[in-house]
Amino acid sequence: MWRIGTVVALQDETPTARTIRFEVPDWPSHVAGQHVDVRLTAADGYSAVRSYSIASAPNASRLFEITVERLPAGEVSPYLTQDVMVGDRLELRGPIGGWFVWRKEQAEPIQLIAGGSGIVPLMAMIRSRLSTGNAAPFRLLYSVREPKAVWYGKELQSLSEHDPSISITYAYTRATPKDWPRPPGRIDAALIANAAWPSSIGPTCYVCGPTSFVETAAALLTASGNSPDRIRTERFGPTGDRK
Amino acid sequence: MAITSRGFSGRRGTTDAKLPPGQYLTTDFPVLSAGPTPRVPLDQWEFTISDGSQVLRRWNWKSFRELPTETIIVDIHCVTRWSKLGTTWEGVSLDTLFAGVNTDAEYTMVHSYGDYTTNVPLQDLLNKQAWIAFRFDDDDLAPEHGGPARLLVPHLYLWKSAKWVRGITLMQEDQPGFWESLGYHIYGDPWREQRYSGDE
Amino acid sequence: MNSDTCNYLDGNAAAGELSRIFTMDVTAAEGCCAQCGTIKRFAEAHLYMQCPGFVARCPACQHVLLRLVNVGQQVFLDVRGLTYLRLNTA
Repeated sequence: MWRIGTVVALQDETPTARTIRFEVPDWPSHVAGQHVDVRLTAADGYSAVRSYSIASAPNASRLFEITVERLPAGEVSPYLTQDVMVGDRLELRGPIGGWFVWRKEQAEPIQLIAGGSGIVPLMAMIRSRLSTGNAAPFRLLYSVREPKAVWYGKELQSLSEHDPSISITYAYTRATPKDWPRPPGRIDAALIANAAWPSSIGPTCYVCGPTSFVETAAALLTASGNSPDRIRTERFGPTGDRK
Repeated sequence: MAITSRGFSGRRGTTDAKLPPGQYLTTDFPVLSAGPTPRVPLDQWEFTISDGSQVLRRWNWKSFRELPTETIIVDIHCVTRWSKLGTTWEGVSLDTLFAGVNTDAEYTMVHSYGDYTTNVPLQDLLNKQAWIAFRFDDDDLAPEHGGPARLLVPHLYLWKSAKWVRGITLMQEDQPGFWESLGYHIYGDPWREQRYSGDE
Repeated sequence: MNSDTCNYLDGNAAAGELSRIFTMDVTAAEGCCAQCGTIKRFAEAHLYMQCPGFVARCPACQHVLLRLVNVGQQVFLDVRGLTYLRLNTA
């Protein structure tokens, strides 16, 4: 069931990632963690569909945001990150998904683990927590190549400075800021032990990112004592032809 | 009814008169798969021809690689609309593999490591139309492209060129394989654009 | 792990496509694998979509749970690999 969304704002998060704000007249609102499908159709009828997580918190308005990363060999992401203009109309389906969601009624501690662009649905959860006044403590482990690849950097910094019940740990895999205590590297058991909620607290965990990252992170979480049914995952990856 | 997205054209190459209808040219080699890539150690690999109750021929990797091979240059056409021209492969002809096999069966089911299957009429595997290919572009066939060895039947859509091939079973009647049982054409001639069941 | 061993997504990626067929959310539905009996949320199925259709596999045994192919205005759906799907009406 496709609806038509109008692009009302564009914001570059990094040189290769852009947030697009849509207005959709009959938008039914969403729950943090859900995604939308975007359908692009060429003049000759050729169409391509891609899924993007909603980045913004649920709200009563007709507006929501997605953040899209430009994949060099992508078919749709270059169009969305470079060609789309305010005023363009695109077809959207959603909101989609009932499992990888965080609802404001949840009171338990939350562990978020993001790999790269996997931060998007987790950011929606963080924003949702803020806008609803939910007091559950959140921990975010955000794995990213280097500091300038971080999305929503200023917002995350402000949050960690002003809200002691949200704590954020960055794991840089290629290049770190100067004097960073941890050398560049992927997430590992030591990082989980130091930065994630102890499993004894019984957190609900949300892991999102490329498939290989999600498999690694989820395995680390179960190895450290979290029950698999407390771990929810969403894998990102290519959905057009792989090259 | 879909609205057109201003300025979007998608990833299509230039059209070419040498392409089957509805195809576009690509210079990459897209990887399509319906499941995990099987890992087949060469010391466990085998290829069989069976009639459904008996194995008629069996090769392990050593005996397979002792067979005469050919280098062929062919065009390949995927039902997802990309075509790649002038691809170079090395493989063993199915004529070599079926030499001396006496059968009145007209159909075959091709089986892969993993659970993939595809059906091909026996006559479409013979007469210099098909190979078990183990090298692509001067290199060992990569696992993601079907290595150690795949079937190559370039005159049909590429889903018929079963990756990770492990054997061929002769059949008296045509039976649909993995995709043919779910809406894809039982034969799959790209030049008649036989993508889906019901296409003429 | 590399892009070859991790060439799948998960049931969440098929949710939009399946929403054309199912009125209830499929991702949170529990599915029972007809091959090994493992019960997991459909969101946890391994989803292969870089192929001529959608193929959802059991994460425990790789058995095909569900397949979907779009042919023009029609959808071919095979759910033989699921003993059941338990969907919530709420």
